[in-house]
Amino acid sequence: MRKIILSAAAGFVLLAAGNAFAAGGAAVPPAKDWTFQGIFGKFDRDQLKRGYQVYKDICAGCHSLRLVAYRNLMDIGFTEDEVKDIASEYQLPAPPNDDGDTIVDGERLMRAAKPSDHFVSPFANEKAARVANAGAYPPDLSLMVKARKKGPDYIYALLTGYKEEAPEGFALNEGMYYNEYFPGHQIAMAPPLMDESVEYEDGTPATLDQHAKDIVTFLAWTASPELEARKSMGIKVLLFLVVLTAMFYALKRRIWSDVH
Amino acid sequence: MSTSSFNNPVVKWIDERLPVFTMMQHSAVDYPTPKNLNYWWNFGSLAAFVLVIMLLTGIFLAMSYTPHVDHAFVSVERIMRDVNYGWLLRYLHMNGGSMFFIVVYIHMFRGMYYGSYKAPREILWIVGVFLILAMMATAFMGYVLPWGQMSFWGATVITNLFSAIPLVGQEIVTWLWGGFSVDNPTLNRFFSLHYLLPFVIVGLVVVHVWALHTVKSNNPTGVDIKGPEDTIPFHPYYTIKDFYGIGLFLIFYLAFVFYAPDFFGEPDNYIEANPMVTPAHIVPEWYFLPFYAILRAFTFDVLFIPAKLAGVIAMFASIILLAVLPWLDRSKARSARFRPMYKWFFWIFVLDCLVLGYIGAQAAEEPYVTIGQVATFYYFAHLLIIVPLVSKLENPRPLPESISAAVTKSDSE
Amino acid sequence: MAETATEIQGAPGTGESRRDFLLLTTTAVGAAGAALSLWPFVHSMNPAADVLALSSTEVDISPIEEGQSITVVWRGKPVFVRHRTAAEIETAGTDDAANLPDPQKDGERAEKPEWLVVLGICTHLGCIPLGQKSSEPRGEFGGWFCPCHGSHYDTSGRIRKGPAPRNLEVPPYAFTDDTTIKIG
Repeated sequence: MRKIILSAAAGFVLLAAGNAFAAGGAAVPPAKDWTFQGIFGKFDRDQLKRGYQVYKDICAGCHSLRLVAYRNLMDIGFTEDEVKDIASEYQLPAPPNDDGDTIVDGERLMRAAKPSDHFVSPFANEKAARVANAGAYPPDLSLMVKARKKGPDYIYALLTGYKEEAPEGFALNEGMYYNEYFPGHQIAMAPPLMDESVEYEDGTPATLDQHAKDIVTFLAWTASPELEARKSMGIKVLLFLVVLTAMFYALKRRIWSDVH
Repeated sequence: MSTSSFNNPVVKWIDERLPVFTMMQHSAVDYPTPKNLNYWWNFGSLAAFVLVIMLLTGIFLAMSYTPHVDHAFVSVERIMRDVNYGWLLRYLHMNGGSMFFIVVYIHMFRGMYYGSYKAPREILWIVGVFLILAMMATAFMGYVLPWGQMSFWGATVITNLFSAIPLVGQEIVTWLWGGFSVDNPTLNRFFSLHYLLPFVIVGLVVVHVWALHTVKSNNPTGVDIKGPEDTIPFHPYYTIKDFYGIGLFLIFYLAFVFYAPDFFGEPDNYIEANPMVTPAHIVPEWYFLPFYAILRAFTFDVLFIPAKLAGVIAMFASIILLAVLPWLDRSKARSARFRPMYKWFFWIFVLDCLVLGYIGAQAAEEPYVTIGQVATFYYFAHLLIIVPLVSKLENPRPLPESISAAVTKSDSE
Repeated sequence: MAETATEIQGAPGTGESRRDFLLLTTTAVGAAGAALSLWPFVHSMNPAADVLALSSTEVDISPIEEGQSITVVWRGKPVFVRHRTAAEIETAGTDDAANLPDPQKDGERAEKPEWLVVLGICTHLGCIPLGQKSSEPRGEFGGWFCPCHGSHYDTSGRIRKGPAPRNLEVPPYAFTDDTTIKIG
């Protein structure tokens, strides 16, 4: 009897957990295979670099990446000099000059970004972003993969889930786009990716599918840059613990052998 | 103790002036422990172990955390990205919170099943109720610190509960906030209290263990210790058993930390708090779900008490009521092993708590509302009606003469 | 304690030595694991990645005229960069043979003779020596003078007189090109 209740209870817990994860108002994004999944999951360096290219050429026009620093790009295979060059393409407000001014001839003094700086946002603030995007606010992408349920699958599905036309009877608002996977189906972001959106430096065929996979992988890295260190440490720690626990068990058996 | 039984001259010297070693010898080595404790008894020491992990990781996290609305979210992400092993400390702390509740909930249900709250362990049990209350307060305020969307809206919803208090409700809420909404003063005081309360918990744990060592451990038969043949010294028997338990627990805990660190979390908390936008579906952390379900079950006024206040009262009552469990249960037998009726109702109660947890995670719509109301009714009915009634009606099976008699009997079976 | 120990050893069967071995190895493995697990805590207090990223400073030295000095901040500390005159370089060279409290050749202290880069912190008790501006006293040896306890440094930043025990420290630096040095 107790067994039955226990297993019913366990079932309940699983059900609750499952439900909590499946909630949401749109189509469930199909599960894709990602290289960074699983116990031995790792990021594909080439894919990360391609993903960065997609971010830089497409997403960065509207979406910030404020938690990532240019120096972090060295972790995905850029050299120190390349990172310096990348950073120096962006401008940040400079500190006051020797005269104590920050504005000279009506222009804000600027300086080139350095590797230690975080990614420079495309808009100065949220209001500026809304003005430039017809009232919509393009969210920061640094943590997007962790900030959505089934993050990688969802973002892939969203990027590839645009429909040219809304289904009949669906009232699509002016300036909005129909997307199967977006909650409410109306999204202000125009389809950002299509075939040949980005010409890859490494010659990988530029398909929508490829672009979407690459940017998702890149954003999975920006959300969890510790992922590889975490997983490789996890294996060592857990193996150690299995051995230690087995030893504890053996010792426990020996010590308890004289208790009657 | 004026003379000390230690041979080491340094230990002896210290012990004769401050008998710490004698105290340790008594409470962690010689402490006579029933020899028939099963693995459900591991969860007490496990809870202490988790508390130490939480304190350690918390103190080190606080070194890199900034309690300011403009910096809190980014400072947590800096811990995750730039601080050496910051991600490990943070994930240990985050998942440690869930582990703490898993371990303590099991510990509580174990106490209920084996009647560990019954005389002479009432104070031990009541201190335990204070402990779970302190844990809940600590966990709630800790969840606010990363200043994500769920942090902010969780804080808003829970602090607003106090507005249900008649007459002075709104004043109390304003006082809690230190302003007119959850904002920087709120975050600051929550950080201060989140750092303080764990040490209050440590103090309560000391009292809890003190009371335990005064009345001695209960055991699966629920029969009192009759003599030395019923017990074994805590060390090495239970120290090694506890270590084995800690090993198994660490495998479970760290599997989440390393491979599913966000399993217990909500994605929305990776979005920085925005006082202008409420997330579509607010849920508290899983360990609060049953109580959240009780809170929401009151969609109707109870006599002259408005629904909102009734929900709040019921939620707090659901925990406080546990403190009087020793007086609600009048049964002569402690352990459910010898209580054929109570055993059934115990498991139904466990199931009821799980149902409440499940309902707490659902949107406030049918059929969940009705199920939640039924489950809430049953929760209180169990404590207030079923337990007292069963303890009167039930005829417990004959108790073994002693622990060792019971052990020998089960050995020969 | 002694009592329980005998109790364990008095266990039935032949397992005695096996248990001792098991107890020893388990204790050793467990202690090693516990010790290792402390490292993340300790290491978390070391400089974080964003702090380390700021641990080097690039300085444009092209605007510094001969005979002038500038002070730049590196890792929160002042660094003196002096464009030495021919006379100063010569004195520094001939003083190699002088009676130095902390003997060091000028050639070991300056990568390029015209440029001297030293930490602007007196090795006595951490004051910042004077001598960066032409209006300030440079001490008896034409380098820097620490007003706190009267230490005199020469044109190579070496201690010549006063209580300071060591020469002004030369931070790690390199010329990335003719007009830029990277400190750190």
